[in-house]
Amino acid sequence: MYVAVKGGERAIDNAHAFLAEDRRGDPQVAELSVAQIREQLRLAVNRVMAEGSLFDPDLAALAIKQARGDLIEAVFLIRAYRTTLPRLGASNPVDTAQMAVVRRVSATFKDLPGGQVLGPTFDYTHRLLDFKLAADGQVPPAPTAPVSAEKVPHVTEFLNRDGLIEAEPQSDAVPPDLTREPMELPTSRALRLQAITRGDEGFILSMAYSTQRGYGRTHAFVGELRIGAVAVEMDIPELGFSVEIGEIELSECETVNQFKGSKTEPPQFTRGYGLVFGQSERKAIAMSLVDRALRWKELGEDNIGAPAQDEEFVLMHADNIQATGFLEHIKLPHYVDFQAELELVRRLRADAATMQEAAK
Amino acid sequence: MTDQAYNFAYLDEQTKRMIRRAILKGIAVPGYQVPFASREMPMPYGWGTGGVQVTAACLVPEDCLKVIDQGADDTTNAVSIRKFFQRTAGVAVTEATADASVIQTRHRIPELPLREGQILVYQVPIPEPLRFLEPRETETRKMHSLEEYGLMHVKLYEDIARHGQIATSYAYPVKVEGRYVMDPSPIPKFDNPKLSGSAALQLFGAGREQRIYAVPPYTSVVSLDFEDHPFVAGKAPHDCDLCGATDSYLDEVIVDDAGGRMFVCSDTDFCRGRKDAGHIGRLGVQTDGGA
Amino acid sequence: MTPDALTGGFADAPIQSARAFRAAMEALSRPGKIETVAGAQPPAPLSVAAGVLLLTLADGTTPVHLAGAHDSPSVRDWITFHCGAPLVAAADAVFAVGTWGAMQPITRFAIGTPDYPDRAATLIIEMPDLTTQGPRLTGPGICDVAGLSLPETAAFRANHALFPLGIDCFLTCGDKVAGLPRSTLVEDI
Repeated sequence: MYVAVKGGERAIDNAHAFLAEDRRGDPQVAELSVAQIREQLRLAVNRVMAEGSLFDPDLAALAIKQARGDLIEAVFLIRAYRTTLPRLGASNPVDTAQMAVVRRVSATFKDLPGGQVLGPTFDYTHRLLDFKLAADGQVPPAPTAPVSAEKVPHVTEFLNRDGLIEAEPQSDAVPPDLTREPMELPTSRALRLQAITRGDEGFILSMAYSTQRGYGRTHAFVGELRIGAVAVEMDIPELGFSVEIGEIELSECETVNQFKGSKTEPPQFTRGYGLVFGQSERKAIAMSLVDRALRWKELGEDNIGAPAQDEEFVLMHADNIQATGFLEHIKLPHYVDFQAELELVRRLRADAATMQEAAK
Repeated sequence: MTDQAYNFAYLDEQTKRMIRRAILKGIAVPGYQVPFASREMPMPYGWGTGGVQVTAACLVPEDCLKVIDQGADDTTNAVSIRKFFQRTAGVAVTEATADASVIQTRHRIPELPLREGQILVYQVPIPEPLRFLEPRETETRKMHSLEEYGLMHVKLYEDIARHGQIATSYAYPVKVEGRYVMDPSPIPKFDNPKLSGSAALQLFGAGREQRIYAVPPYTSVVSLDFEDHPFVAGKAPHDCDLCGATDSYLDEVIVDDAGGRMFVCSDTDFCRGRKDAGHIGRLGVQTDGGA
Repeated sequence: MTPDALTGGFADAPIQSARAFRAAMEALSRPGKIETVAGAQPPAPLSVAAGVLLLTLADGTTPVHLAGAHDSPSVRDWITFHCGAPLVAAADAVFAVGTWGAMQPITRFAIGTPDYPDRAATLIIEMPDLTTQGPRLTGPGICDVAGLSLPETAAFRANHALFPLGIDCFLTCGDKVAGLPRSTLVEDI
């Protein structure tokens, strides 16, 4: 005798209990602490902060733990939490020229004021599995240099001084907020940059890569990549001046791109820009390439129909929380729709069979 | 019992105001998709975040909420959403269509005709009926503004040319009050006639796509068709094997590995109501409530 | 700030605004139906119903226009304190409040754009009385016909002719509210 399946609630509760047990893994193995994730999986923490649009390493580490290392799931936890937070105010724009850099490299000049600073990079490591780490993670302290008081100006400023690079128009306009207003197309560059900086790293990377392979090529040089801490300041109306409320780590990339000139502009270099929470340099570089590719219209370039030139395509598909939700939802019950399709196909087949019969 | 850690119905007041304004504009322009700044919800996009936000913006403590997925109250996602609102809004819940003041649904319209005072909230995945004909929002927005729906008719006509009939069985496009072409969400076309002239207010929420739209009570909703190929609301040519209903939408269930099938009402409350009233289908048994 | 600016708001905003919205939604989706709302004690000449609507729908993101006698220091202060809505000229308003006479001409208000008909103003019209006796209403939300004591018909007919563009209205009197969306056809009886 057929009985309709019941007990959805108990099934859900039991699945959650199973999930919790599975997340913990073998209880004989010591449990990960949030601090361990925060300190030792920093790049994962950075990615979760960047795509979660919330700078809080402890919460990001907690989300990674809860998500069993699924970074998109961790981003989702952060986003859902972030949405519930009250907005107390808006900070002033951060001044990345004042960044306390831990890493700063330029691919366009051999040396420059502030110097090339390699910092903590994988760039020149040999990708050999380090089996010592499997046994013992102790490392000797790295050599340090004295703190330099030397200014670290932006590379593009030097080019700007000679008029060799497009001027960046200054504006005090309040940028739109992607998380508070529905996206309206076409967008502004400010909104595009917001969408890309919280976009999926893999998607942005592939879009950027496609431009390098000729799908909207922009001939990018990394004018400068800098990583470090910047102060966040907020105007306090009651005080009449701004106050430093904290410090965040940022990766900033400015690309210098070839440009032949247009009817209104003499030949000069153009810019692509990337700014991402934490040490996230792959994302920052990719972001600046995608930003530059999307600027074809304002720079009077040809639209060759490349995916990375297509604002609507890039912006509507960059968000991994939207993407994974819609992708994964097809595993939810669809049997009502499937039934409708079943009936349709049966009817079409019956019609076809009747017609074949009649044709005999 | 309401969870005190969250605001009533989860969303903060500013978010609710934003959604409420969008709902009102949706009601004023039936069938037009109002953009709204959808929030990230504690359930994934695709699980009904649009419907959940609309429901959250509408609920009052006095409400009695029913949540269905595929017509059933006991599907896991329906259970999950119902629990969410019990926890965050402390509202009463029911499985009985007649007792509910707000019904959130995915993919079905209840069989029992809705009455005045009821609100039906649909979860919508792709609100744009023209999206699969023209993927660009910039273009489809223009088409709606110019009332340029030729593309949709071409698509339906191509179906007829190829298959002898319109080969769309769910999410069948409709025209609201003779103006906007609207996606009724992925309900089977069997349900389309219930959209029109309903005594209840129908609200549609698409979270990921950031759109809200509405069909006010007693509003004309017409399924697109051609004079020589009129719209037909189809269903499986069977009766419910449990309650014997001849006019309800059916789920097909595989009952053995020899390909045995049975058909049962997709609307579980409707089916139970009939069984309780003593109706018995081919494979049904008398229930306690039976006469 | 005027002394009564700080009082008269919702005591329990999440619950009171939920009930008020439900009444407003019911009113707008069933033109001709008169709903009762509660929870605000705004300064005169703002009615309870108009005050409730503003508390429920207006905030820092929705510019409000105050027409005629409603543009008084006490009303301004009350809205600024409780809603945080910027007070603006008619053309920039998302919401406008005043008597029908003070609202004229209503062509001053935003009617939306062909791409975005939702970007139209909502008028909260303060009425000396509000009953279901009056011009005949037909359209979405109305089973057969309804009636409402409208101040006139010509302006509402002209507004309806703009559909899908046009303004939408709430009519308020004391604690009573009725809705008149642009979709409603208004005719003299």
